[in-house]
Amino acid sequence: MDVVNEVLQTVLSGISIGCVYGLVALGFVLIYKATEVINFAQGELLMLGAFISYSLIHMLNFSYLAALVVTIIVMGLLGMLLERSVLRLLVGEPVYAIVIVTIGMSFFFRSVVSMIPGWGTDTHGFQTPFTDKIARKGDLVISWEHLSIILITIALILILFSFFRYTRIGTAMRATSQNQLAAVYMGISVTKVFSLTWTIAAALGGIGGILLSPITFVHMNMGFIGLKAFPAAVLGGFGSLPGAIVGGVIIGITESLAGFYLPRGWKDVAAWIILIGVLIIRPQGLFGIQEKKKV
Amino acid sequence: MRFLMKTDYYQDIQLFKYRSTFFWYLSLVMACLILPLLLDEYLLAQLTFICIYAVAAVGLMLLTGYTGQVSMGHAAFFAIGSYTSAILTSKGIPFVLALPTAGIMAGGVGIVIGRPILHLTGLYLAIATMGFAFIVDEILVRWESLTRGNLGFYVDPPSIGPLTFDTEISFYYLSLVILILTLFAARNILRSPTGRAMIAIRDSEVAAEAMGINLAKFKTIAFIISAFFTGIAGSLYAHKLFFINPESYTIILSIELLAMVIIGGLGSLHGAVFGAAFFILLPQVIIMTKDSLPKYIQEQTGLEPALFGLLIVLVMLFEPMGIYGRWLKTKYYFEMFPLYKKDSFKREKKYQKTERR
Repeated sequence: MDVVNEVLQTVLSGISIGCVYGLVALGFVLIYKATEVINFAQGELLMLGAFISYSLIHMLNFSYLAALVVTIIVMGLLGMLLERSVLRLLVGEPVYAIVIVTIGMSFFFRSVVSMIPGWGTDTHGFQTPFTDKIARKGDLVISWEHLSIILITIALILILFSFFRYTRIGTAMRATSQNQLAAVYMGISVTKVFSLTWTIAAALGGIGGILLSPITFVHMNMGFIGLKAFPAAVLGGFGSLPGAIVGGVIIGITESLAGFYLPRGWKDVAAWIILIGVLIIRPQGLFGIQEKKKV
Repeated sequence: MRFLMKTDYYQDIQLFKYRSTFFWYLSLVMACLILPLLLDEYLLAQLTFICIYAVAAVGLMLLTGYTGQVSMGHAAFFAIGSYTSAILTSKGIPFVLALPTAGIMAGGVGIVIGRPILHLTGLYLAIATMGFAFIVDEILVRWESLTRGNLGFYVDPPSIGPLTFDTEISFYYLSLVILILTLFAARNILRSPTGRAMIAIRDSEVAAEAMGINLAKFKTIAFIISAFFTGIAGSLYAHKLFFINPESYTIILSIELLAMVIIGGLGSLHGAVFGAAFFILLPQVIIMTKDSLPKYIQEQTGLEPALFGLLIVLVMLFEPMGIYGRWLKTKYYFEMFPLYKKDSFKREKKYQKTERR
């Protein structure tokens, strides 16, 4: 039974990392669905969230829960500010120009973090109530850090799902992502929807940052995890919200298994090999819908 | 504004639209030839880098700007070019052979990877090429018997026959000649049936297919040509730096190459050169203006990348069509002089009409 146990253990830690990938991917997908822009700064939003919560907990002695709430609010406001001050000016411009703007923002955030006193270029540890605690179920051992990631992600998915399904503004956001012009005709304020999309995406990035920090610690290059979230989002079919989470979990499990059983070096490319394999067979991703060409 | 009466089909695809254009390009080449006499070695090295990156940017421009296929994996072709050239010259094969082989090798890999992934569109293609770049990077690190992994690889200065390009000036001339040949080749490809097929694919795949253009074939050709030029640039880069290791060819390089063609202005060869110049010169300008800033800010290591990121954002906010777009507008302003309207190039701010789920 040892082998089964070992595999289960690896899969579980894979799922928890995969949940973080999924959250970042969810941010990508939300923005892409609403505005057709790929936000390259999503990983950097995660890093900012991690640094903000690090300062709150370790410098201002906030509790974990309070820090979580404050980080979500601050990141949400930042997302709104970004949309208002930069991205709204570019509505109607070519999409690739906007993508380059997000790339510029990601450079900017990464370097600005290194200039803020107390944050800098060092790697910081991160203490949570879950640190060094372990849950046991038979032979299976899982740390609370990993378990907390999975639980919080599930809670978030439920909240987001009911938000999009049952609230008026959620319905408006779904309508906008399907057809902007029709949404305008129905009296939906598309600019407000864009603004809210960026707010939610930035807040999701912030939550991802808090969840990831105990595992990878807080440092200025955390944002590169965003590059792992790309295959997650594409695997699920860019444009599908549940697909993003499923894609993230698949990438997480693959990585964790490859890191454990395959020689060194496979861990980093396993996700990409799976991605290219899936795309060759199913060009629209697992949950995506094949778009028909229109003349 | 000049109007040209076209009486012949070949007039439509000739190399230079007006005879004066040829004259202006000739004077530009002359200016580039005498420039080394006026500049110090450091600035000359930056010019060399502009030439090298411009060759790669022309490659990517043919794919992204003219065929409409976005690639975020061109660092891989750059790396393949670098390593092919470095390994061949270290085995005693002359540079004259190693340089084209680097391009052919990159193009060959382009065929292998291009065939299966080129039926993907837009974003999916971009991400698939990005995955390919990650895989190539990992192979370079792990295949130590060939690439020496993270230890890196020393490269000799290139030599053609009795000429050795080991000084800044000689290497500048070498890169300049290769850039001019690349631009000339790209210009000729673009006015050939292949190039016009590529442009048709960019503008509308459905219309192109209806005109009898084989999409898979011409997309693959564009991919191969693009990989070839990028491989050539990679070879030059290796010989310029004398030392290469896999860390020079990460995803950052792919993103920078893509940003170069977009900031330069998609769909123009000028744009490729402008973009390369922007990316090389901007950090220099930042370093030069750094002295006038307060001391605390000056000492920050993150200052240059932060300003760099900020300037990219500002340039795109100011000019979403890229540097070449600004150039066109300026030219149009003078051609139309009293009649130029502010909204001549204005795009209608519109809501996207695409039906999605």
